[in-house]
Amino acid sequence: MRLRMINATVSRGGALFLGGLPFLFVAIAYLIASAQRLAANPSDKLLPSPVQMWSAFLDLATVPDKRSGDLILWIDTYASLLRLFAGVGVATFAALSLGIAIGFIPRVRAFLLPFVTVVCVIPPLALLPILFIALGLGETAKITLIAVGVAPVMVRDIANRVMELPPELVAKAQTLGGNSWTTILRLVLPQIMPRLITCVRLALGPAWLFLIAAEAIASTEGLGYRIFLVRRYLSMDVILPYVAWITLLAVITDWLLVRLSQAMSPWAHPVEAR
Amino acid sequence: MSRIVVHGLEKSYGDARVLERVNVTAEAGEFLSLVGASGCGKSTFLRILLGQEQQSSGVVIVGDGPIVPEPTPQRGIVFQRYSVFPHLTAVQNLLLVEDFRSGGPFGRVFGARRRKARQDAEAMLERVGLAHARDLYPASLSGGMQQRLAIAQTLLGRPQILLLDEPFGALDPGIRVEMHDLLTELWTEHGMTVVMVTHDIGEAFKLGTRVLVFDKVRHDPQFPSAYGATITYDLKLDRKTRASSHHLAKVAAMVGTTRPDTAMATTAS
Repeated sequence: MRLRMINATVSRGGALFLGGLPFLFVAIAYLIASAQRLAANPSDKLLPSPVQMWSAFLDLATVPDKRSGDLILWIDTYASLLRLFAGVGVATFAALSLGIAIGFIPRVRAFLLPFVTVVCVIPPLALLPILFIALGLGETAKITLIAVGVAPVMVRDIANRVMELPPELVAKAQTLGGNSWTTILRLVLPQIMPRLITCVRLALGPAWLFLIAAEAIASTEGLGYRIFLVRRYLSMDVILPYVAWITLLAVITDWLLVRLSQAMSPWAHPVEAR
Repeated sequence: MSRIVVHGLEKSYGDARVLERVNVTAEAGEFLSLVGASGCGKSTFLRILLGQEQQSSGVVIVGDGPIVPEPTPQRGIVFQRYSVFPHLTAVQNLLLVEDFRSGGPFGRVFGARRRKARQDAEAMLERVGLAHARDLYPASLSGGMQQRLAIAQTLLGRPQILLLDEPFGALDPGIRVEMHDLLTELWTEHGMTVVMVTHDIGEAFKLGTRVLVFDKVRHDPQFPSAYGATITYDLKLDRKTRASSHHLAKVAAMVGTTRPDTAMATTAS
């Protein structure tokens, strides 16, 4: 009997096959287009072949730069990841401390929630010139942009989640002898942890955006800087592998965060834990 | 262990009055069953006793003084839902009690005190029949097991007053009878004052030493929320009244929800 579309489930192999299809489709489309253009004009720069891209990528990863003697890919990766994690780290700390304070302590909520709500709607990129003027063109401005860009939304999200904690649990903790501080420590913090990690996962998207924007405007190394630098020479053989590399870094970070959440809060992942 | 005196209690939310003129005195060690139609304010009354909400006017005295208007270890609570902490295993849920009570700023006891707390927790798990589930998270416990854990946790806090908010409302009838036996045993052992809100009149008669019915006595057809509920019937239970179908039918008629014969069956179980 044929099941309705909404009820027909997919086997594990089937899911792998279906999930791989779009990737395969894009890859084949690119290969065909690239081959056609290169056949017409072997020095075409717009759609380089995989071999060209791989050799350009390998050059950046293994051959020291003529001028500085650096391995450009790793210098760029290190600089970008440092900025990204510093910015997101600051934002995460702010989200945790401010979010819990706003969500759990009525006086702090009355004091800070209106302010955070307003700050949330400021477009962070509009602040970029201000940050560059105020903080100079160095690392501080870039890290601040990332932190300022993602923190307000994270703070609000965590505050909302804390406010959604069942009042029963909060009352029960107090009947067992919890005070304001120990209730935060033993109830709110562990309950909010999985959400905080989800929050960081979601924030990493915008964080990469702000990172690349800041690097494009003022930087001397970094993944975003490199992409915008080689854009002048139409070096698609560098840009495309760099975009793929950034995607890979983002996917790995996301995967690690999921594993971290499973390790820290097994209770919140009952199906995966088994 | 502690008596409760309520005098002239009133509770309103804006214009809507939920409770009015509630007067009741419970001696230490009594077991009060609160029954009444849905939305009659019996849960609100319990939340006031818990300290989660405050009365609009009137006096509530618990033990030696006026009630502290926030939850304290003096009054323990078992809710119907969210009754235990989902991020802790069964044994961790019980250890948390000692951690909160004497864990200081870390909310955690260490060394010899932790070992002692662990022994107490294991003994309590054994007592409520959850020793085999010590390392399971509440999500993998059945409803009845969760409520047993919740009662164990609350009792480890050694409250003078035990508040129960429809603690067995979501359980199957068979499990419910088991829970009744467990609760009666623990109450006999610890001797605390118990206030239980329930929908099940049979349960109220079976467990309580006293049944209080909450209902509205005054009605305003133009403005139904003008008047609140109060205690309309206060029945002390002894061996005779407990088994009397007459009293049971009377309360059932007041509450208007349960059929007297099924309530009789529960009481007899």
